[in-house]
Amino acid sequence: MSSSSQVTESWISSFCGLLGHEYFAEVPEDFIEDDFNLTGLQSQVPMYKEALEMILDVEPEDDEDEEDEEEEDEEDDEILGDERPTGYRRASDRRHLRIASDLSVIESSAELLYGLIHQRYITSRPGIQQMSEKYEMQHFGTCPRVYCSSCKVLPVGLNDTPGHETVKLFCPSCLDVYTPPNSRFQTVDGAFFGTTFGSLFFMTFTDLDIGGSRTSSAGAADALLAIQAANAEAKARNSSTTPANVTSINGVAPHNLAPGLGPGNIYEPRIYGFRVSERARSGPRMKWLRMRPADITDLDETRRYWEEHGAEDVDRPDDDDMNMVDVAADGKGFQVDRRKRVVGRRRRANGSGNGEGSPMDTNGVGGAV
Amino acid sequence: MDDFNSETDSDYTSYWRDWFISSRGNEYFCEIDEEYLTDRFNLTGLNTEVQYYQYALDLVTDVFDFDCDDEMREMIEKSARHLYGLVHARYIVTTRGLAKMLDKFKKSDFGKCPRVMCDSQPLLPMGQSDIANTSSVKLYCARCEDLYNPKSSRHAIVDGAYFGTSFHNILFQVYPAMLPAKSQRRYEPRVFGFRMHAGAALARWQGEQREVMKERLKKAGIETGFEDEDEELESEMEDEEMEIGDGFEPGQPGGMVDSQALLHGRW
Repeated sequence: MSSSSQVTESWISSFCGLLGHEYFAEVPEDFIEDDFNLTGLQSQVPMYKEALEMILDVEPEDDEDEEDEEEEDEEDDEILGDERPTGYRRASDRRHLRIASDLSVIESSAELLYGLIHQRYITSRPGIQQMSEKYEMQHFGTCPRVYCSSCKVLPVGLNDTPGHETVKLFCPSCLDVYTPPNSRFQTVDGAFFGTTFGSLFFMTFTDLDIGGSRTSSAGAADALLAIQAANAEAKARNSSTTPANVTSINGVAPHNLAPGLGPGNIYEPRIYGFRVSERARSGPRMKWLRMRPADITDLDETRRYWEEHGAEDVDRPDDDDMNMVDVAADGKGFQVDRRKRVVGRRRRANGSGNGEGSPMDTNGVGGAV
Repeated sequence: MDDFNSETDSDYTSYWRDWFISSRGNEYFCEIDEEYLTDRFNLTGLNTEVQYYQYALDLVTDVFDFDCDDEMREMIEKSARHLYGLVHARYIVTTRGLAKMLDKFKKSDFGKCPRVMCDSQPLLPMGQSDIANTSSVKLYCARCEDLYNPKSSRHAIVDGAYFGTSFHNILFQVYPAMLPAKSQRRYEPRVFGFRMHAGAALARWQGEQREVMKERLKKAGIETGFEDEDEELESEMEDEEMEIGDGFEPGQPGGMVDSQALLHGRW
């Protein structure tokens, strides 16, 4: 807070430059100056005003009168040993006093406040953009899991209120969270990143290829699968050419839904080359955690429900609303914001037999078959 | 030995193996018994794998007294390390070797699982191949049954074949009491408190697979090994769901999935 440090570096950038604070984005001052963005934080942070001033590098003496006086009185109460008459104090003295007495309290309040603002900022449009640049540059590291092949990870919290958990790393390839490898991050509160950011990030940047550097060292069957997956991926990218091509399942592109999971990416315990039986006491029990259906449309629960529960049900929704699979319609390409869900080829192939397309369905049932 | 001493670190103690296992990057190795190393039977076939086999073996067993130039000594030194690693892979599956590695495991010498839901489960080193120079050493977590890369880059250059593909599985067969209880806890990606549909659907599907497996095991009369399972073995799946708190992905028996799917589909 001293004037000399202000010249060189703002509080925010010095905070983000500290060891262990590498995950933080620098929140621009105009975001902090907008009171709307700070709604409700006053009650969460002790010495809120001072903390905010510290973050924004505002000189306390710039503030106006009465409020200030009151605070000074409070300060006097706190520091009883200091018997300086109030009237005698000039601004610089006051600042000096503050530094001597409760600078560390304000400093920790400022860090808390900055963290909470940061949690909000990184879910805003400029904030998430800034984090995506850090993500691309691999500032957050990679997934420690072998089968995720060094997929880039994001910092997340497991709780939105501070003081619960330290920051964790979310891997989009296995949809799991990991402890950062370096212990210096054990001092960073997870709430400063929040629970929403990780998922919102991948909802925002749907075009990111999160697979990591895929090099599957698996058998022929897996290789075949990999080739098929690669084909599907290629198709998904230039979506307009192939009809009935699934471009989205439950709102996510299939090649971006947990690409680190599924056949070929599950560890198979072996002793001298023989697989350990599931029935052995020490046999595998956790494969489910890394499973992923070979046919990703198995995850279309709505369609599966109605396939099992006959067509005569009056509650049965329109075909349009009935599944969560997007396919590329002929010639039209894949539109993210399309409200209408096009009926997938697979449902037809399964012969659920209940499907005249809705009269409203103009794009693609025919093309999708 | 004096020549050798002069070219290595000052913290070289009295034996090559002491020096080797205490040097940086070799923390995962345990010390191989002298008797094991000197029994030729245990070294069967390694003479074709290792260059300067005899010299390397002499060096490892501290009887090296061959006078040669620095370059040659370096080559032998390198071979000795390779030989030690290959013998190590064989040694750690013996009774004594397993006991030594178990001690290190208990002290978490191999690190702890980075996965948050594994609660710092100690790891075991393993290789993805038994053939040397295929891949570096990985770490196996017995709780989530998955493989992780060592944190430190100094371990990333250790060959996985020096631990082998079988060791960690054999250890838990020999010491089943060391097996941790499996956990069903998992991370749920959420946005503003709402679960992500794609991730949640996948998690439900995985939960189904898990219940199928549990059912399979129960039919065969085998313990599933999941935590809290013993008390609830008899009770219904629904009860289990009620007891599991926030942050758990409850196992979904068939009917539940469908009704949830309906909600999600419409929402």
